[in-house]
Amino acid sequence: MKEIKELKVNAIKNGTVIDHIPAKSLFKVISILNLDKIDTHVTFGTNLESKRLGLKSIIKISDKFFENDEINKIALIAPEAKLNIIKDYNVVEKKIVEVPDNIVGIVKCVNPKCVTNHEKITTKFKVVSKQHVSLKCHYCEKITEQENIEIY
Amino acid sequence: MKNKSLVSINDFTKEECLRIIELAGEFEKNPVQDILKGKVVATLFFEPSTRTRLSFESAVNKLGGRIIGFSETASTSVSKGESLKDTIKTVANYSDLIVMRHPIEGSARYASEVSMVPVVNAGDGANQHPTQTLLDLFSIKKTQGTLENLNICMVGDLKYGRTVHSLLIAMSDFNATFNFISPKTLQMPSEYKKLLDEKGLKYYEHEEIHDTFKHADIVYVTRVQKERFSDPIDYEKVKNAFIVKNKMLEGTKPNLKVMHPLPRVNEIDTDVDDNEKAYYFQQAKNGVYTRQAIVASILGLI
Ligand SMILES: [Zn+2]
Repeated sequence: MKEIKELKVNAIKNGTVIDHIPAKSLFKVISILNLDKIDTHVTFGTNLESKRLGLKSIIKISDKFFENDEINKIALIAPEAKLNIIKDYNVVEKKIVEVPDNIVGIVKCVNPKCVTNHEKITTKFKVVSKQHVSLKCHYCEKITEQENIEIY
Repeated sequence: MKNKSLVSINDFTKEECLRIIELAGEFEKNPVQDILKGKVVATLFFEPSTRTRLSFESAVNKLGGRIIGFSETASTSVSKGESLKDTIKTVANYSDLIVMRHPIEGSARYASEVSMVPVVNAGDGANQHPTQTLLDLFSIKKTQGTLENLNICMVGDLKYGRTVHSLLIAMSDFNATFNFISPKTLQMPSEYKKLLDEKGLKYYEHEEIHDTFKHADIVYVTRVQKERFSDPIDYEKVKNAFIVKNKMLEGTKPNLKVMHPLPRVNEIDTDVDDNEKAYYFQQAKNGVYTRQAIVASILGLI
C-alpha cells in the first residue's frame, strides 16, 4: 500500500511532506503556506483514499522546512495533518500540527457587523478554546465557533 | 493611563477603574477648571447619539478645551466613501484626542490602532461603551459608599444590552450578587453566566419582577425593545411585565437606587421620578464628571 502511494507522488530528497490534509482543504493549505509563491519543487496528490478522512491530499515541498508558527496556521483547516521532515530521502522527524494561541488573517469573523467585514483589515483572533475551537475577535470581541469558521 | 486609548472596559484594570472613579469624585467637587486649555478634542459621531456627545462636549468645555467634530456623517467625506482609516488619520492631525461613536463593532479598536492620538470609544455598535460603564461604577460607588458585596438587579433586555454586560464584567471584580430579571427570550447570555461561575459569584434568574428588589442595592433597568421579538404577540405578552413602578419600591432597602442608561421610554414609570431612589438623572450628570476624569487622565493632565 505504501509503495503505491509513493508512486502517486514522487519522493523528495530534502524537505517536508504534509500528509492527511482533507482533500477539500488542499488549495487553502497551499495558499495559507504561500506555496504558490515559493520557487522550489512542490508536488501534490489529491483525492487519495484515506480511511480516516475519506479523501485526502498530500503535499511534498523540496528544500523547505517550516517553523512551528508557520505550519500551525493550517491547524484550523487540516487539524489531523502530519508532517514528515525529510533529509536525504529519510524521515528524520515527524510533527503534528497544533492550534496556535493566536490567529492572524486566515479566518473571517462570524459577526457581519464586525469592522473586519467592512474595512480592509487583517483579522486577529485569540484562541479561547482549542478542543472545540473557538476564536475571540480582537476587534468586535465576538466568538467565532469551530462550526462557523470560514477561511478567506 | 496617559496616551492609553479606552476602547473596551476589559482594557482597564480594576485599579485603573477605581482611579477614574476617584478622579471623577474630584471633578464633581471642582468641575470648572482650565486644565484642557489649548487642547482640542475631536468628537466623531458616525451615528447620532446626542446624549453621549453632549456629555463629552460638556466635560471638555468645562475644562477649557475646544471641540471639533461631527454629529452625523451626512455632510462629511465619510458619506463620499472615505475609509474609517483615512478619516481617523486625518482627524488625528487636528486633535489631541478622538472620541468616537460608530455603528460598526470593533471600529474603535481599529481606530485606536491607526490613530496617532488616543481614542475613546463612545460606543461601537452592540460591542462596547466603556465610559458608560465607568460612570455607572462611579454612580454606584457614590450612592453606596462602596463597590464591594452589592446586590444588583438587572431588569429588561439582558441579551442584547451591552451596558448590562459591561457592568456585569466590571462588577464581577467586586464580589457582587446578581438577580437577572428578563423575558425568557432575552436572558443573560451564557458566556456572562459562565464568567460569574468561574469567579464563584451568585446569580439568580427570574421571569418577573415580583419581590426581586427586596434585597437589592441597585436596580439597573434597560429597555425591552419590540424589534427584538420575531413574534409581536410574544412582545405584547411581556411588554408590561418589565416596567418598574413606584409601588414596587415599597419595602426595599433605604440605600436602593434605580439606574438606567437613558433614554428611557416607558420601562420606568414616571411615577418613580420623584422617589428619592430614582437615580437616572443624577447618573447622567455623573457622566460628565466621569468623562472629565477619563479625558484629563488620558491626556496626562492629572
Ligand atoms: Zn469581529
